[in-house]
Amino acid sequence: MGLKDSIAWYYFSAPKSFYPLAGKLIPWFWGLAIVLTVVGLYMSFFVAPTDYKQGESYRIMFIHVPAAWMSMLIYLVMAIYAIIGLAWKVRLADMMASALAPTGAMFTFLALWTGAFWGKPTWGTYWVWDARLTSELILLFLYIGFISLQSAIDDPRRAAKASGLLAIVGVINLPIIYFSVTWWNTLHQGASVSPTMAPKMASIMLTTMLIMTFAFWMYTIAITLMRVRRIILERERQTTWVMELVSDEKGGRK
Amino acid sequence: MTTDVTQGGLFAAWRSMLVRDLTLAMRRRADVLTSLFFFVIVVSLFPLGVSPEMAVLRGIAPGVIWVAALLATMLSLGRMFADDHQDGSLEQMLLLPHPLSLLLLGKVLAHWLVSGLPLVLLSPLLGMQLGLGGEAIGLLMVTLLLGTPVLSLIGATGAALTLGVRGGGVLVSLLVLPLYIPVLIFGTGAVDAGVSGMGYEGHLSLLGAFLVIALLTTPLATAAALRISVE
Repeated sequence: MGLKDSIAWYYFSAPKSFYPLAGKLIPWFWGLAIVLTVVGLYMSFFVAPTDYKQGESYRIMFIHVPAAWMSMLIYLVMAIYAIIGLAWKVRLADMMASALAPTGAMFTFLALWTGAFWGKPTWGTYWVWDARLTSELILLFLYIGFISLQSAIDDPRRAAKASGLLAIVGVINLPIIYFSVTWWNTLHQGASVSPTMAPKMASIMLTTMLIMTFAFWMYTIAITLMRVRRIILERERQTTWVMELVSDEKGGRK
Repeated sequence: MTTDVTQGGLFAAWRSMLVRDLTLAMRRRADVLTSLFFFVIVVSLFPLGVSPEMAVLRGIAPGVIWVAALLATMLSLGRMFADDHQDGSLEQMLLLPHPLSLLLLGKVLAHWLVSGLPLVLLSPLLGMQLGLGGEAIGLLMVTLLLGTPVLSLIGATGAALTLGVRGGGVLVSLLVLPLYIPVLIFGTGAVDAGVSGMGYEGHLSLLGAFLVIALLTTPLATAAALRISVE
């Protein structure tokens, strides 16, 4: 996630110098995430008008759509970090890729879950084999594959490289999968059940959705930085700076 | 002159890789037959589980045979590199002066000849069991002929990634099956389109395109994955 000054790029790509920077940034991103979530949720429930066709149930969209967007964005960012990690052997990039994966999988699951709850009142069923739902489900499988491959390999270096390669293979395949599923869907049942509200959506709804998206985004950055700090400590535990840091913290607590 | 020598060397190495893998497979025929019988058994379970009605079976036949083919391919992926990894010959292959990705094409071809081609040849029998007509069976064979090499190619990458990993056999299916989805969609789609009288050429062209893309890209990914696994 951004915020790397171009001058300080090399400096902060070392886990040792990134660790304290991440620590300083985390409260800011948490703050932004909380403020945006509160504002976004208030607008979702009280400001955005009731939809004339779907009634109140459409409000789940303010969670559903941002979650779906984030699920795709995170996979893309993860693959970019994997490329950086493999091509330039930047350890921190590998760590970022593994730190992003659980959040990505969580948002994918959230998008599917809220989609099911939205589908029941709108389409009368929790699940349809719609192109978007199906490709989101496949995206979840890709995330799970990434996470399982990583946790199945004991050597963290090898785990990072192997899962990074898998993320790259996955990101090349995603458009092919999406396009295949769309074609399969149109051949089988026609585009009868896709929610076509995007073009005629009221601007207040769009604003709310964007606020929620930014809230999720800030949350992703905050939680990823927290997770990457843990990963740094775990993978660099043999280095002197981690040992000093840990012994300092222990001393501080006493 | 030197280029001639190296090219000859590459082809010889490629061929010996292919012959070696085929010989090894022929010495362990039971392994090969196991995944074939698996294919037959999985397909035979569907009439028992779904319905013996020919009309129903005819509708699901292409999908059932294709899914069974995916699973049967999956089953044989573990063999692709595991033995070579165990006895150290894989490391020797990585040390060869030839491009690894090209040599791997020989290995993948051997895998396909042993585990993909038999599925293609068996499919008419299973198609008839499930009540498919002559034209549909022909189409099914063509789609399998185009599609199963893609399964072997993508599967090789998955097998290389999970080489020597605990629980690799199950893990490889988790990694590879989502990537098989496009082949499955267009493989069954072609047969369905043919049966319902729509054009199936588009599906076949796309399967061919997948094969070309897989031929060009997956050996590189597999080679990279092998180097990661062995280092």
